[in-house]
Amino acid sequence: MPLEQFVPFIPEIFLAIASFVLLVGGIGLGRRGMRPLALGAVGSLVVTGILVWLFGRPAGEPEVILGGMLAIDTFAVFFKLLVLASAILTIMLATGFLERFRYGGGEFFALILTATLGMFVMASGVNLVSLYVGLELMALSSYVLVGYCKLEVKSNEGAVKYFVLGAMSSGILLYGISLVYGSLGTLDLMEIKTALVAAPQDNLVLMLGIVLMAFGMLFKVAAVPFHVWSPDAYEGAPTPVTAFISVAPKAAAFAMFLRIFAGAFSPEIDHWRSVIWLAAAMTMIFGNIAALSQDNVKRMLAYSSIAHAGYALMGVVAGTAYGTWSVLMYMLVYTFMNIGAFGLVVLLETRGYAGETVKDWAGLSKKAPAAAAGMLILLLALAGIPPTGGFMSKLYVFAAAINAGYIWLAVIGVLMSAVSLYYYFRIVVQMYLVEGEEAESGAELVRDRWAEGVVLVSVLVVMAIGVYPAPFVGWAQGGLNALGLM
Amino acid sequence: MDFLVSHFAEILFYILAALAVLGSVGVITLKNPVNAALSLLGTFFIVAVLFVLQHAEFLAAVQVMVYAGGIMVLFLFVIMLVSVKGLKTQAAFLSPLVPVAIIGAILVGALITSAVLLGVFATGDGGPEALQMVDGAVLGNTEAVGMVLYTKYLVPFEVVSVVLLVAMIGAIVFGRKDRFIEEQEGEVGS
Repeated sequence: MPLEQFVPFIPEIFLAIASFVLLVGGIGLGRRGMRPLALGAVGSLVVTGILVWLFGRPAGEPEVILGGMLAIDTFAVFFKLLVLASAILTIMLATGFLERFRYGGGEFFALILTATLGMFVMASGVNLVSLYVGLELMALSSYVLVGYCKLEVKSNEGAVKYFVLGAMSSGILLYGISLVYGSLGTLDLMEIKTALVAAPQDNLVLMLGIVLMAFGMLFKVAAVPFHVWSPDAYEGAPTPVTAFISVAPKAAAFAMFLRIFAGAFSPEIDHWRSVIWLAAAMTMIFGNIAALSQDNVKRMLAYSSIAHAGYALMGVVAGTAYGTWSVLMYMLVYTFMNIGAFGLVVLLETRGYAGETVKDWAGLSKKAPAAAAGMLILLLALAGIPPTGGFMSKLYVFAAAINAGYIWLAVIGVLMSAVSLYYYFRIVVQMYLVEGEEAESGAELVRDRWAEGVVLVSVLVVMAIGVYPAPFVGWAQGGLNALGLM
Repeated sequence: MDFLVSHFAEILFYILAALAVLGSVGVITLKNPVNAALSLLGTFFIVAVLFVLQHAEFLAAVQVMVYAGGIMVLFLFVIMLVSVKGLKTQAAFLSPLVPVAIIGAILVGALITSAVLLGVFATGDGGPEALQMVDGAVLGNTEAVGMVLYTKYLVPFEVVSVVLLVAMIGAIVFGRKDRFIEEQEGEVGS
């Protein structure tokens, strides 16, 4: 294959080399080397972003490079930049956290970079082999990150559950891929689509393959009934890792989901739509109702992120161009609001997982008014209240579902958003309305400039999208310039 | 007799497939871990023979070398290092898995029925020529795999190498002693 095909692949190559350098560079450094190492990681992610902008963008029409494995289109660029943003924010959150909890940083940063590399491949892959390999790289890095605080039993438990169930879901996905390959004879997404358009199939083996692949993907986005792993993994993981795995892999999995289902399998939409419809409805209902009874904030946010996957799935069910870009928009807003909320949990947390219960937020508005206000905005965004970005993104997915004729799904979504207000506002009540002695019992915020910066950025982005959504919508719609998508 | 000769490959396939299923059932039902491991070893060999029947000699060789050779040795090492006799047997292990087993049975059933309905069993054009065509040239099995692996599938191949690196980093992260944890308390902060 000609050498110039590697030019758009430069960001990925750079990312791989940077992760090796960080890995080796972290060996000799003590705790004093933590900040420089983190700066190196952030710097290389920023450089990767610039390289994506310089080399990874399509000149016009989407192109396929490197033997039909990867596509260069704005859809991929959108998700790559989103994943990079969440990786940068995660490292900024994690640096202080790792210092406080006395863990080394070299492997941590290297693993964040390799996970990012995997998600790059997921975002741009147009062949089932490259997509699967990218998914595995992302997943394997996440398993290790979840278990990174290895002296905490909860972290071990979360990592084991995540690993076992993740491996099983990969097996289901692979089984589906093999059945699709067996019935169509190709792994290339464009060829699959062409074959399905030319001869619509009722082939049962193909149907089973598509359904199994849907199960595998639903597993990765933690949709009900395949969500069992996520509350334990999210609760057990070190909180910055929770912030990371709740947004970036989910965004990448949605990119892959859209490429495969809204793209390659779109001619068969009538066959798989009902599966996704049911999963979306169940996810919204179960995620929100289960979150009601959680006292642990990380667990509550875990169920809330399950519910958010359900809202985003509505856009996939719609199966229209509107639906597709509404998912992109949703992932954009969701990334920032979730990282911001987890960032505040990080700031409130001290050694031994204290500061995680709802009661720890008591009286925060008096102790740290700015932090409390930030959390208030992020919680309003998560609940979908205007004028935050959370409202706009929900509006677009609901509109997509209604436009495509899925009124009932939108009704479930709106009702469940109302339910979600209850548990988000439990934290608000603790922060603002609890008086007297109870207000004194809350945890103290730690001082950590970097993590504070992450929260500030998240709040600003979420507000900016809510107040002036036009440019963000423009980016999301630009992401429709994608290979094989409608 | 003619039937036997003309359908020799298929008959062999069904016999071997049944043996492979029996072997894998043995892996999860046999109580003694050494017996279970040997049953797994047998299954690996049968799968290798199945690859040969499909004219995938390279995969068969890799199956024997990697699985039957490398991985099985590791399994047996672990089994022999851990004293097996001291382990308690858990009788109730299977009962929570009943619903899972039912779902699995339904999925397998659906697969077999759909395969039978479609007559997948009847269509078999897996001749050696069909498998070894790469860019129009007929190659040996290993060459064909190598050609595709280092041209068309170069990117996934390289990404897999990073996957293996990550697995190694993971093993090191979980396995080593962390020097920060052993430092004295009290000098926390930034």
